[in-house]
Amino acid sequence: MAELDTSGGGKKKGGKVRSKKQSARVDMTPMVDLMFLLITFFMLTTTLAKPQAMDLAMPDKDEKTDDKFDVADNRTMTILLGKGDRLEWYIGLVDNPLTSPQVDNYGKNGIRKALLEKSKEIKSKTGKGLIVLIKASDAANYKNLVDILDEMKITNIGVGGGTYAIVDISEPEIGLLKRDGLY
Amino acid sequence: MPKVKVPRKSTVIDMTAMCDVASLLLTFFILTATARQPEPLPVDTPSSTVKIKLPTTDIATLTIGQGKVFFGVAGQPVRIRMLERMAERYNIQFTDQEKKRFSLMDNFGVPISQLKQLIALPNDKRNKEGVQVGIPTDSVGRNPSELREWIYNARYATKELNDKELRISIKGDSKENYKVVKKIIDILQSQEVNKFSLITSLEGLD
Repeated sequence: MAELDTSGGGKKKGGKVRSKKQSARVDMTPMVDLMFLLITFFMLTTTLAKPQAMDLAMPDKDEKTDDKFDVADNRTMTILLGKGDRLEWYIGLVDNPLTSPQVDNYGKNGIRKALLEKSKEIKSKTGKGLIVLIKASDAANYKNLVDILDEMKITNIGVGGGTYAIVDISEPEIGLLKRDGLY
Repeated sequence: MPKVKVPRKSTVIDMTAMCDVASLLLTFFILTATARQPEPLPVDTPSSTVKIKLPTTDIATLTIGQGKVFFGVAGQPVRIRMLERMAERYNIQFTDQEKKRFSLMDNFGVPISQLKQLIALPNDKRNKEGVQVGIPTDSVGRNPSELREWIYNARYATKELNDKELRISIKGDSKENYKVVKKIIDILQSQEVNKFSLITSLEGLD
Protein backbone atom coordinates (compact mmCIF):
# COMPACT_ATOMS: atom_id res chain seq x y z
CA MET A 1 0.00 0.00 0.00
CA ALA A 2 0.96 3.60 0.15
CA GLU A 3 4.24 4.05 1.78
CA LEU A 4 6.55 6.89 2.34
CA ASP A 5 10.13 6.37 1.52
CA THR A 6 12.13 7.65 4.42
CA SER A 7 15.32 5.80 3.81
CA GLY A 8 18.30 7.97 4.25
CA GLY A 9 20.77 8.97 1.63
CA GLY A 10 23.53 6.70 0.59
CA LYS A 11 25.20 3.92 2.44
CA LYS A 12 27.32 4.71 5.39
CA LYS A 13 30.86 4.28 4.58
CA GLY A 14 33.58 3.20 6.78
CA GLY A 15 31.38 2.42 9.73
CA LYS A 16 32.43 -0.59 11.57
CA VAL A 17 29.21 -1.10 13.45
CA ARG A 18 26.64 -2.25 11.02
CA SER A 19 23.12 -1.85 12.18
CA LYS A 20 20.49 -4.06 10.70
CA LYS A 21 18.79 -2.50 7.75
CA GLN A 22 15.16 -1.77 8.54
CA SER A 23 12.36 -1.15 6.15
CA ALA A 24 12.09 2.57 6.22
CA ARG A 25 8.65 2.95 4.68
CA VAL A 26 5.70 4.37 6.59
CA ASP A 27 2.32 2.81 6.01
CA MET A 28 -0.10 5.62 5.23
CA THR A 29 -3.32 3.62 5.23
CA PRO A 30 -4.48 4.43 8.80
CA MET A 31 -3.83 8.09 8.19
CA VAL A 32 -5.96 8.10 5.08
CA ASP A 33 -8.66 6.18 6.96
CA LEU A 34 -8.71 8.72 9.72
CA MET A 35 -8.83 11.58 7.26
CA PHE A 36 -11.85 10.21 5.48
CA LEU A 37 -13.56 9.63 8.80
CA LEU A 38 -13.01 13.25 9.74
CA ILE A 39 -14.19 14.44 6.34
CA THR A 40 -17.37 12.43 6.68
CA PHE A 41 -17.92 13.82 10.15
CA PHE A 42 -17.50 17.42 9.10
CA MET A 43 -19.60 16.98 5.98
CA LEU A 44 -22.48 15.54 7.95
CA THR A 45 -22.35 17.96 10.84
CA THR A 46 -22.29 21.07 8.67
CA THR A 47 -25.66 20.20 7.14
CA LEU A 48 -27.26 18.47 10.10
CA ALA A 49 -26.45 21.15 12.62
CA LYS A 50 -29.39 23.21 11.46
CA PRO A 51 -32.28 22.68 13.84
CA GLN A 52 -35.64 21.41 12.75
CA ALA A 53 -38.62 23.68 12.78
CA MET A 54 -42.13 22.53 13.48
CA ASP A 55 -44.62 24.94 12.02
CA LEU A 56 -47.54 25.77 14.20
CA ALA A 57 -50.55 27.83 13.27
CA MET A 58 -52.74 28.97 16.11
CA PRO A 59 -56.39 29.84 15.62
CA ASP A 60 -56.91 33.53 15.16
CA LYS A 61 -57.62 35.17 18.45
CA ASP A 62 -60.08 37.92 17.83
CA GLU A 63 -61.70 39.28 20.94
CA LYS A 64 -64.68 40.72 19.10
CA THR A 65 -65.91 37.51 17.56
CA ASP A 66 -65.51 35.14 20.42
CA ASP A 67 -66.60 31.49 20.21
CA LYS A 68 -67.27 31.80 16.56
CA PHE A 69 -66.97 28.22 15.44
CA ASP A 70 -68.99 25.33 16.70
CA VAL A 71 -67.55 21.92 16.34
CA ALA A 72 -69.59 18.78 16.03
CA ASP A 73 -69.14 16.97 19.31
CA ASN A 74 -69.48 13.51 17.81
CA ARG A 75 -66.21 13.94 15.95
CA THR A 76 -64.29 15.98 18.44
CA MET A 77 -61.58 14.41 20.49
CA THR A 78 -60.23 16.42 23.37
CA ILE A 79 -56.77 15.67 24.68
CA LEU A 80 -55.89 17.06 28.08
CA LEU A 81 -52.21 17.25 28.93
CA GLY A 82 -51.51 16.67 32.60
CA LYS A 83 -48.51 16.21 34.83
CA GLY A 84 -45.98 13.39 34.83
CA ASP A 85 -46.00 12.96 31.02
CA ARG A 86 -49.54 11.63 31.10
CA LEU A 87 -52.61 12.74 29.23
CA GLU A 88 -56.28 12.12 29.22
CA TRP A 89 -58.61 11.99 26.26
CA TYR A 90 -62.31 11.72 25.54
CA ILE A 91 -64.70 12.24 22.68
CA GLY A 92 -67.58 14.65 22.92
CA LEU A 93 -68.27 17.27 25.53
CA VAL A 94 -66.65 17.43 28.91
CA ASP A 95 -69.89 17.12 30.91
CA ASN A 96 -71.33 14.52 28.58
CA PRO A 97 -68.52 12.61 26.91
CA LEU A 98 -69.34 9.99 24.30
CA THR A 99 -66.48 7.85 25.46
CA SER A 100 -65.42 7.91 29.07
CA PRO A 101 -62.18 9.83 29.65
CA GLN A 102 -59.13 7.64 29.43
CA VAL A 103 -55.72 8.23 30.88
CA ASP A 104 -53.00 7.46 28.39
CA ASN A 105 -49.32 7.85 27.64
CA TYR A 106 -47.52 9.64 24.85
CA GLY A 107 -45.95 7.70 22.05
CA LYS A 108 -46.46 4.68 19.93
CA ASN A 109 -48.44 2.49 22.27
CA GLY A 110 -50.33 5.28 23.95
CA ILE A 111 -52.24 8.07 22.29
CA ARG A 112 -51.17 7.16 18.77
CA LYS A 113 -53.21 3.98 18.84
CA ALA A 114 -56.27 5.81 20.08
CA LEU A 115 -55.83 8.55 17.50
CA LEU A 116 -55.53 6.15 14.60
CA GLU A 117 -58.42 4.03 15.79
CA LYS A 118 -60.77 6.92 16.45
CA SER A 119 -59.95 8.83 13.29
CA LYS A 120 -60.74 5.71 11.27
CA GLU A 121 -63.92 5.07 13.21
CA ILE A 122 -65.17 8.62 12.90
CA LYS A 123 -64.27 8.77 9.25
CA SER A 124 -66.40 5.71 8.53
CA LYS A 125 -69.26 6.91 10.74
CA THR A 126 -69.60 10.51 9.72
CA GLY A 127 -67.56 10.67 6.52
CA LYS A 128 -65.59 13.57 7.93
CA GLY A 129 -62.27 13.80 9.63
CA LEU A 130 -61.49 13.88 13.31
CA ILE A 131 -61.17 17.19 15.09
CA VAL A 132 -58.62 17.15 17.87
CA LEU A 133 -58.57 19.82 20.53
CA ILE A 134 -55.35 19.96 22.47
CA LYS A 135 -55.72 21.47 25.88
CA ALA A 136 -52.58 21.76 27.92
CA SER A 137 -52.88 22.37 31.63
CA ASP A 138 -50.36 24.31 33.68
CA ALA A 139 -48.98 21.00 34.94
CA ALA A 140 -47.81 19.99 31.49
CA ASN A 141 -44.42 20.94 30.14
CA TYR A 142 -43.26 22.15 26.77
CA LYS A 143 -42.05 18.73 25.69
CA ASN A 144 -45.57 17.35 26.11
CA LEU A 145 -46.90 20.00 23.76
CA VAL A 146 -44.29 19.24 21.12
CA ASP A 147 -44.88 15.51 21.54
CA ILE A 148 -48.60 15.78 21.01
CA LEU A 149 -48.17 18.05 18.00
CA ASP A 150 -45.75 15.51 16.65
CA GLU A 151 -48.35 12.78 17.10
CA MET A 152 -50.76 14.89 15.06
CA LYS A 153 -48.19 14.99 12.26
CA ILE A 154 -47.49 11.27 12.49
CA THR A 155 -51.14 10.23 12.50
CA ASN A 156 -52.02 12.72 9.73
CA ILE A 157 -54.84 14.31 11.65
CA GLY A 158 -54.42 17.59 9.79
CA VAL A 159 -55.09 16.13 6.34
CA GLY A 160 -58.25 14.73 4.79
CA GLY A 161 -60.88 16.84 6.49
CA GLY A 162 -59.54 16.48 9.99
CA THR A 163 -57.99 19.26 11.96
CA TYR A 164 -56.36 20.02 15.26
CA ALA A 165 -55.98 23.10 17.38
CA ILE A 166 -54.50 24.22 20.66
CA VAL A 167 -57.23 25.57 22.87
CA ASP A 168 -57.26 26.98 26.39
CA ILE A 169 -58.25 24.54 29.08
CA SER A 170 -61.48 25.12 31.00
CA GLU A 171 -62.36 24.60 34.68
CA PRO A 172 -64.36 21.35 34.35
CA GLU A 173 -61.48 19.87 32.40
CA ILE A 174 -58.99 20.80 35.10
CA GLY A 175 -61.40 19.13 37.50
CA LEU A 176 -61.29 16.01 35.38
CA LEU A 177 -57.51 15.98 35.45
CA LYS A 178 -57.56 16.53 39.21
CA ARG A 179 -59.94 13.61 39.64
CA ASP A 180 -57.56 11.29 37.87
CA GLY A 181 -54.49 12.62 39.61
CA LEU A 182 -52.97 14.33 36.63
CA TYR A 183 -52.98 17.89 37.87
CA MET B 1 3.01 -24.51 -26.06
CA PRO B 2 5.11 -22.15 -24.08
CA LYS B 3 3.54 -20.59 -21.07
CA VAL B 4 2.58 -16.98 -21.43
CA LYS B 5 4.29 -15.17 -18.65
CA VAL B 6 2.23 -12.41 -17.20
CA PRO B 7 4.55 -9.80 -15.90
CA ARG B 8 4.15 -9.46 -12.16
CA LYS B 9 2.83 -6.12 -11.15
CA SER B 10 3.38 -4.46 -7.86
CA THR B 11 0.25 -4.34 -5.67
CA VAL B 12 1.41 -1.19 -3.94
CA ILE B 13 -0.72 1.79 -4.88
CA ASP B 14 0.60 5.23 -4.42
CA MET B 15 -1.80 6.85 -2.02
CA THR B 16 -0.15 10.23 -1.90
CA ALA B 17 -2.57 11.88 -4.32
CA MET B 18 -5.58 10.51 -2.48
CA CYS B 19 -4.09 11.70 0.75
CA ASP B 20 -3.65 15.17 -0.71
CA VAL B 21 -7.26 15.39 -1.83
CA ALA B 22 -8.47 14.09 1.51
CA SER B 23 -6.55 16.65 3.48
CA LEU B 24 -7.68 19.40 1.17
CA LEU B 25 -11.32 18.46 1.71
CA LEU B 26 -10.76 18.09 5.40
CA THR B 27 -9.28 21.56 5.64
CA PHE B 28 -12.18 22.98 3.68
CA PHE B 29 -14.81 21.40 5.89
CA ILE B 30 -13.05 22.35 9.09
CA LEU B 31 -12.80 25.95 7.99
CA THR B 32 -16.36 26.26 6.71
CA ALA B 33 -17.91 24.55 9.71
CA THR B 34 -19.52 27.27 11.77
CA ALA B 35 -18.28 27.21 15.29
CA ARG B 36 -21.12 26.95 17.74
CA GLN B 37 -21.76 30.22 19.45
CA PRO B 38 -21.86 30.07 23.22
CA GLU B 39 -25.43 30.51 24.32
CA PRO B 40 -26.29 32.60 27.34
CA LEU B 41 -29.27 30.38 28.05
CA PRO B 42 -28.60 26.73 27.27
CA VAL B 43 -31.78 24.83 26.47
CA ASP B 44 -32.49 21.22 25.73
CA THR B 45 -34.98 21.25 22.89
CA PRO B 46 -37.56 18.48 22.69
CA SER B 47 -37.31 16.12 19.76
CA SER B 48 -39.81 15.55 17.00
CA THR B 49 -40.06 13.73 13.70
CA VAL B 50 -40.33 16.90 11.66
CA LYS B 51 -37.62 17.25 9.08
CA ILE B 52 -38.12 20.81 7.88
CA LYS B 53 -35.02 22.88 8.34
CA LEU B 54 -35.09 26.26 9.90
CA PRO B 55 -34.26 29.20 7.62
CA THR B 56 -31.39 31.42 8.66
CA THR B 57 -32.61 34.78 7.44
CA ASP B 58 -35.50 36.95 8.54
CA ILE B 59 -36.02 34.94 11.66
CA ALA B 60 -36.31 35.79 15.31
CA THR B 61 -35.73 33.25 18.02
CA LEU B 62 -37.37 33.29 21.41
CA THR B 63 -35.42 31.12 23.78
CA ILE B 64 -37.36 29.94 26.79
CA GLY B 65 -35.71 28.18 29.66
CA GLN B 66 -35.68 28.31 33.46
CA GLY B 67 -38.61 30.67 33.37
CA LYS B 68 -36.55 33.24 31.48
CA VAL B 69 -37.03 34.52 27.97
CA PHE B 70 -34.24 35.55 25.62
CA PHE B 71 -34.69 37.23 22.29
CA GLY B 72 -32.54 37.24 19.20
CA VAL B 73 -33.06 38.26 15.61
CA ALA B 74 -31.00 37.40 12.52
CA GLY B 75 -29.10 40.03 10.58
CA GLN B 76 -27.00 42.87 11.91
CA PRO B 77 -28.77 45.78 10.15
CA VAL B 78 -32.09 44.53 11.48
CA ARG B 79 -30.67 44.38 15.00
CA ILE B 80 -29.40 47.94 14.78
CA ARG B 81 -32.67 49.27 13.42
CA MET B 82 -34.58 47.37 16.10
CA LEU B 83 -32.39 48.84 18.81
CA GLU B 84 -32.86 52.35 17.42
CA ARG B 85 -36.61 51.97 17.52
CA MET B 86 -36.51 50.53 21.02
CA ALA B 87 -34.25 53.39 22.16
CA GLU B 88 -36.77 55.86 20.80
CA ARG B 89 -39.61 54.06 22.52
CA TYR B 90 -37.95 53.92 25.95
CA ASN B 91 -35.94 57.18 25.67
CA ILE B 92 -32.53 55.61 26.06
CA GLN B 93 -29.63 56.89 23.99
CA PHE B 94 -27.20 54.42 22.47
CA THR B 95 -23.93 55.47 20.86
CA ASP B 96 -22.93 54.13 17.47
CA GLN B 97 -20.34 51.91 19.09
CA GLU B 98 -22.93 50.45 21.43
CA LYS B 99 -25.21 49.76 18.50
CA LYS B 100 -22.39 48.03 16.70
CA ARG B 101 -21.62 45.88 19.73
CA PHE B 102 -25.29 45.09 20.17
CA SER B 103 -25.57 43.95 16.55
CA LEU B 104 -22.91 41.33 17.19
CA MET B 105 -24.90 39.72 19.99
CA ASP B 106 -26.86 36.69 18.85
CA ASN B 107 -29.42 36.93 21.57
CA PHE B 108 -29.87 38.66 24.87
CA GLY B 109 -32.12 38.57 27.86
CA VAL B 110 -32.13 41.65 30.03
CA PRO B 111 -34.65 44.41 30.69
CA ILE B 112 -33.93 47.40 28.49
CA SER B 113 -32.81 49.44 31.49
CA GLN B 114 -29.88 47.04 31.92
CA LEU B 115 -29.06 46.72 28.25
CA LYS B 116 -26.34 49.38 28.34
CA GLN B 117 -24.42 47.53 31.04
CA LEU B 118 -24.81 44.27 29.14
CA ILE B 119 -23.44 45.79 25.95
CA ALA B 120 -20.45 47.14 27.87
CA LEU B 121 -19.57 43.71 29.23
CA PRO B 122 -16.92 41.70 27.39
CA ASN B 123 -18.15 38.70 25.42
CA ASP B 124 -17.01 35.99 27.78
CA LYS B 125 -18.59 37.61 30.82
CA ARG B 126 -21.85 38.26 29.02
CA ASN B 127 -22.68 34.61 28.57
CA LYS B 128 -22.04 33.59 32.14
CA GLU B 129 -24.95 32.17 33.97
CA GLY B 130 -26.94 34.58 36.07
CA VAL B 131 -25.74 37.71 34.27
CA GLN B 132 -28.83 37.91 32.09
CA VAL B 133 -32.11 37.68 33.90
CA GLY B 134 -34.50 37.45 30.97
CA ILE B 135 -36.71 39.96 29.21
CA PRO B 136 -39.75 41.07 31.23
CA THR B 137 -42.91 39.52 29.84
CA ASP B 138 -45.41 41.26 32.10
CA SER B 139 -47.08 44.42 31.03
CA VAL B 140 -46.60 47.34 33.36
CA GLY B 141 -49.74 49.38 33.87
CA ARG B 142 -50.98 50.40 30.46
CA ASN B 143 -47.64 49.77 28.79
CA PRO B 144 -47.28 46.49 26.94
CA SER B 145 -44.50 44.18 28.05
CA GLU B 146 -40.95 44.79 26.87
CA LEU B 147 -40.89 41.48 25.07
CA ARG B 148 -43.90 42.52 23.06
CA GLU B 149 -42.15 45.73 22.07
CA TRP B 150 -38.99 43.88 21.07
CA ILE B 151 -40.94 41.50 18.87
CA TYR B 152 -42.96 44.29 17.36
CA ASN B 153 -39.91 46.38 16.55
CA ALA B 154 -38.01 43.40 15.17
CA ARG B 155 -40.91 42.73 12.84
CA TYR B 156 -41.05 46.38 11.87
CA ALA B 157 -37.31 46.54 11.21
CA THR B 158 -37.36 43.38 9.09
CA LYS B 159 -40.24 44.67 7.04
CA GLU B 160 -38.56 48.03 6.60
CA LEU B 161 -35.11 46.76 5.66
CA ASN B 162 -35.76 43.45 3.93
CA ASP B 163 -39.40 43.87 2.96
CA LYS B 164 -40.18 40.46 4.37
CA GLU B 165 -42.37 39.13 7.10
CA LEU B 166 -40.34 38.15 10.14
CA ARG B 167 -40.66 34.50 11.08
CA ILE B 168 -40.85 33.85 14.77
CA SER B 169 -39.46 30.67 16.21
CA ILE B 170 -39.71 29.41 19.74
CA LYS B 171 -36.87 27.43 21.21
CA GLY B 172 -38.09 26.05 24.46
CA ASP B 173 -36.56 23.77 27.03
CA SER B 174 -38.20 20.34 27.29
CA LYS B 175 -38.84 20.74 30.97
CA GLU B 176 -40.25 24.22 30.71
CA ASN B 177 -43.70 24.60 32.18
CA TYR B 178 -46.47 25.11 29.67
CA LYS B 179 -47.60 28.22 31.55
CA VAL B 180 -44.49 30.14 30.47
CA VAL B 181 -44.82 29.00 26.86
CA LYS B 182 -48.48 29.92 26.86
CA LYS B 183 -47.62 33.42 27.98
CA ILE B 184 -45.21 33.85 25.07
CA ILE B 185 -47.76 32.47 22.61
CA ASP B 186 -50.31 34.91 24.01
CA ILE B 187 -47.90 37.80 23.49
CA LEU B 188 -47.39 36.70 19.89
CA GLN B 189 -51.11 36.30 19.31
CA SER B 190 -51.82 39.70 20.78
CA GLN B 191 -50.01 41.18 17.78
CA GLU B 192 -51.64 38.76 15.38
CA VAL B 193 -48.69 36.49 14.90
CA ASN B 194 -50.59 33.24 14.64
CA LYS B 195 -47.99 31.29 12.75
CA PHE B 196 -44.66 30.44 14.19
CA SER B 197 -42.19 27.60 14.39
CA LEU B 198 -41.17 25.43 17.28
CA ILE B 199 -37.53 24.46 17.16
CA THR B 200 -36.96 20.79 17.81
CA SER B 201 -34.22 18.27 17.41
CA LEU B 202 -34.52 15.13 15.36
CA GLU B 203 -35.84 11.81 16.59
CA GLY B 204 -37.09 8.50 15.22
CA LEU B 205 -40.67 7.48 14.68
CA ASP B 206 -41.43 6.25 18.18
